[in-house]
Amino acid sequence: MRYEAPDTIDAAVKLLAGEAGLARVLAGGTDLLVQMRSDVVSPDLVVDIKKISELRQVKEEAGGFRVGAAVTGAELKEHAKLPKAWPGLVEAANLIGSTQVQGRATMGGNLCNGSPAADSVPGLIAAGATATLVGPNGRRDLKVEDIMLAPRKLALTKGEIVASFLLPARPARSSDAYLRFIPRTEMDIAVVGCGVSLTLDPSGTCTAARVSLGAVAARPLLVEDAAKAIIGTKLNHAALAKLEAAARAACKPIDDKRGTVEFRIDVAGVLARRAALIAQERARKA
Amino acid sequence: MATVSMTVNGKTVTKTVDSRRLLVEFLREDLRLTGTHVGCDTSQCGACVVHVDGRAIKSCTALALSCEGKTVTTIEGLANGATLHPMQEAFREHHALQCGYCTPGMIMASVDLVQRNGPGVDEHTIRRELDGNICRCTGYHNIVKAIAAGAAAMGSVRQAAE
Ligand SMILES: Cc1cc2nc3c(=O)[nH]c(=O)nc-3n(C[C@H](O)[C@H](O)[C@H](O)COP(=O)(O)OP(=O)(O)OC[C@H]3O[C@@H](n4cnc5c(N)ncnc54)[C@H](O)[C@@H]3O)c2cc1C
Ligand code: FES
Ligand code: FES
Repeated sequence: MRYEAPDTIDAAVKLLAGEAGLARVLAGGTDLLVQMRSDVVSPDLVVDIKKISELRQVKEEAGGFRVGAAVTGAELKEHAKLPKAWPGLVEAANLIGSTQVQGRATMGGNLCNGSPAADSVPGLIAAGATATLVGPNGRRDLKVEDIMLAPRKLALTKGEIVASFLLPARPARSSDAYLRFIPRTEMDIAVVGCGVSLTLDPSGTCTAARVSLGAVAARPLLVEDAAKAIIGTKLNHAALAKLEAAARAACKPIDDKRGTVEFRIDVAGVLARRAALIAQERARKA
Repeated sequence: MATVSMTVNGKTVTKTVDSRRLLVEFLREDLRLTGTHVGCDTSQCGACVVHVDGRAIKSCTALALSCEGKTVTTIEGLANGATLHPMQEAFREHHALQCGYCTPGMIMASVDLVQRNGPGVDEHTIRRELDGNICRCTGYHNIVKAIAAGAAAMGSVRQAAE
């Protein structure tokens, strides 16, 4: 195996595109190195992207934030403005592993590992984040919900890497929340995860919303019907009941030791309701 | 194979390693610093925690080559000669270990959590911060007590130094 740690994106892309064998990006390594140790993957080339400064920065852009794909969960939490602007997304990223994992794990890695249960992905989808990809044919933008296609299957082409995520500008009274259900209190894989981002008008009516569910289908979902259920309402009882029903209707989960199909579907509704109420409470103060 | 240099416990070391070498293997097998333990193969247990550029990481989730130019502190680097670090002293004092397998990682994680949360860190924070460290025999009660005491001791050492 060859290890390279280039300091520009272009050099990284060139290495990845030019490798005839199996090439892998290395960000925090908290998925990749575990998979290499258990021989799930045996790359011929590993390209460490942690030395590429563009991928390690959080910058303000177009009223929002551009977050480098290799920024760690700990760096997100320590950022001066992000936790206030996107508390739900930062929470989601900080559910990944323990402190020592958070110091390394990145949102780019969480997405590109291709797990339907990745915690920060529903957060990014709810946020309306756009990923900027860089590959041998240049740059392109894709919405985060369009990147993962199925377990371990991404829309990225050979040599392409995720460079950054653009979190859009937010109107006043906007906020977000992410909740997951796990059988333990820490350090487990989501049975269901749900991110909700919303905006309220001065009277408290929801004018925009995005709802995303993780771990209930082959890939994290953007659930438009769930968002529609609360847009134009003050999240009263009827709207929340519709939200729950829409979230449940979107689920196509698997049965495994962490949860049955019925349980996952039920929990998806509960988490959607709770996350929406937390986001609403935060938006009132934002 | 490639060459890597880093500072480990204050000393610069340069070695030729396989590119798949993990930092924990580099420390244990190439440098014979066997105080850092390996308790799992899924990065769950925390026995391998060391500090890299002042931040606690699991040394089984880093390639040795990715630590080029970095400063690494292991459990062997904490004591000052025969004088134990206050956190080591607190673990001994409060009976925070039985077999000791998890202890190096626990202590490295504890020093890091005190550096970030301060010497007055409360029990709730200590317990939450320990989510990446598993102990299979002592139970966490004495470990938490030791960390609170070690934190306070680290605070007074710092005060004395100032
Ligand atoms: C103890 C432990 C607990 C964990 N708990 C959780 C949890 O609670 N929730 C959760 O969601 N995950 C969890 N994980 C999984 C993992 O930590 C996360 O998925 C993490 O976000 C991966 O990020 P990374 O930077 O370490 O990725 P890496 O391991 O570096 O990379 C992961 C994959 O993505 C590819 N990749 C990385 N960055 C890019 C990029 N920019 N462009 C293209 N491809 C890229 C790599 O080639 C690799 O295939 C846990 C892992 C451990 C070890
Ligand atoms: S050996 Fe590193 S976490 Fe278990
Ligand atoms: S002291 Fe034995 S595992 Fe913790």
